[in-house]
Amino acid sequence: MKYEVLKLLSKNAKYTAEDIAVMLGIAQSEVEQYIEELEKENIIRGYKAVVDWEKIDGTYVSAIVELNVVPKAGLGFEEVAEKVMSYREVEAVYLMSGDYDLNLIVKGKTLKDIAWFVAKELATIDSVTSTATHFVMRRYKEMDVELVSGDEDDRGQFFL
Amino acid sequence: MIDYGKVLNKTVTDIKPSGIRKFFDVAATMKDVISLGVGEPDFQTPWVIRKAGIESLQRGKTKYTSNWGLVELREEISNYLNRKFNINYDPKDEILVTVGGSEAIDLALRALIGVGDEVIIPQPSYVCYEPITAITGGVPVIINTKAENDFKLTAEELKSAITDKTKAVILPYPSNPTGAIMEEHDLVTIAKVLKDTNIMVISDEIYAELTFSGKSHISPASIPGMWERTITVNGFSKAFSMTGWRLGYACGPKPVMDEIVKIHQYAIMSSPTTSQYAAIEALKNCDEDVQYMLKQYDMRRRMIVSGFNKIGLTCREPKGAFYAFPSIKSTGMSSDEFCEKLLHSKKVAVVPGTAFGESGEGFVRASYCYSVEHIKEALSRIEEFLKEI
Repeated sequence: MKYEVLKLLSKNAKYTAEDIAVMLGIAQSEVEQYIEELEKENIIRGYKAVVDWEKIDGTYVSAIVELNVVPKAGLGFEEVAEKVMSYREVEAVYLMSGDYDLNLIVKGKTLKDIAWFVAKELATIDSVTSTATHFVMRRYKEMDVELVSGDEDDRGQFFL
Repeated sequence: MIDYGKVLNKTVTDIKPSGIRKFFDVAATMKDVISLGVGEPDFQTPWVIRKAGIESLQRGKTKYTSNWGLVELREEISNYLNRKFNINYDPKDEILVTVGGSEAIDLALRALIGVGDEVIIPQPSYVCYEPITAITGGVPVIINTKAENDFKLTAEELKSAITDKTKAVILPYPSNPTGAIMEEHDLVTIAKVLKDTNIMVISDEIYAELTFSGKSHISPASIPGMWERTITVNGFSKAFSMTGWRLGYACGPKPVMDEIVKIHQYAIMSSPTTSQYAAIEALKNCDEDVQYMLKQYDMRRRMIVSGFNKIGLTCREPKGAFYAFPSIKSTGMSSDEFCEKLLHSKKVAVVPGTAFGESGEGFVRASYCYSVEHIKEALSRIEEFLKEI
């Protein structure tokens, strides 16, 4: 049941404990207890809005930045990963398999912001050997939410 | 000038158009309506099913099939019914693939009913049984099932409706609109009444996959003594979210099916080929998809039932299908009045219970084929409405 609670919250963090209790057919106090535990155990790491930034013109640009890194003896990729994730421009950091090592999602207000950030901050890190920046042109789906309106409900209002 | 009054079949012109048609038409012209009015799933047909349909088209499978339907599909239906509901039908001559469950109901009634024959129809129930019976020249005999019996058909009600002219009984469970199901002990008592009669059962099991609270659907044909007198109707629309594919099936004893297939052969030829190929995939590989959808429906069901009760509209727990059927008697309004006022003042669309028979008076049907967020919004508007009246 704890897992079911988690699944529902990951779909919509605004579900109240009461909503979840009703949907799962369990006591509200049970749901509240699960949520408290999940938060304490750091399994739930936060609750944030899914924002369609494109609706707010000129305030949001993002890019995927690939980094090639020389891993340090004994530290592997940890040192550089920890360094890059501390920047507020960096939204996500992933260690990758395949052609490059670290994948970053970087955000800024303009293309230039990001370009400068990559050139000045990321490319200059000692163990970073190369960078490749791909600007996001359009966001279709974010955190499971379709931002480009998909199919409308075409069922009409009544059908017996 | 042609006089259409003289041209048209009187039996057909005598069928009154559903009274709520007008209400629906008004609603359709309104903007920003939050509807709980539809009777079909909001889920997409699972992708593997759509893909199977596409691939059959790519392979050029676009000819008629056998009148009975594709052999492979009939075999899968046979396996499925055995696996799920413990009933056995020979794919060779006891299973007919039809254009939706609707055609199967039409065929069953036309094959059984002649002029003056009586068909027992429990209501509130789906809207097609009465007019189709009338078109065949038969006489609908309505049983008004009761809320206090959870809208189940009782043996006593059935017994008192049977006459010398009774040819068939419709068993429309799980029920649209009430959500009622018939459990094994209920069906056993029905079987006792029908034993040693020449009365057939047309069991409309289109919602068979959609039962809740740990209650599985029981097929009447699985009850001892019932197989020989039952035409089992089912289909793909509700369980697999395939309403637009128009595919269902009728199953029954060979002597009955031999006649039913004749009507199908002359009226329809064969059911849509693409849909048949897609349906094979549905039966073979979609148990998980069905389970997923069922789980979503169950959460919505709890949400809507609890919501109605909380705002003061008594709502029994629907154990099957995907409708809540709350009582609106506490408002003092008729079902029609309630629905009309709710639509105009809060732009929420629900269906008056009377659309499903007189015994639906005092109730409305609210479908929960919508997201939880949609349902919550509708409920909060209904709550406002109740406070204002």
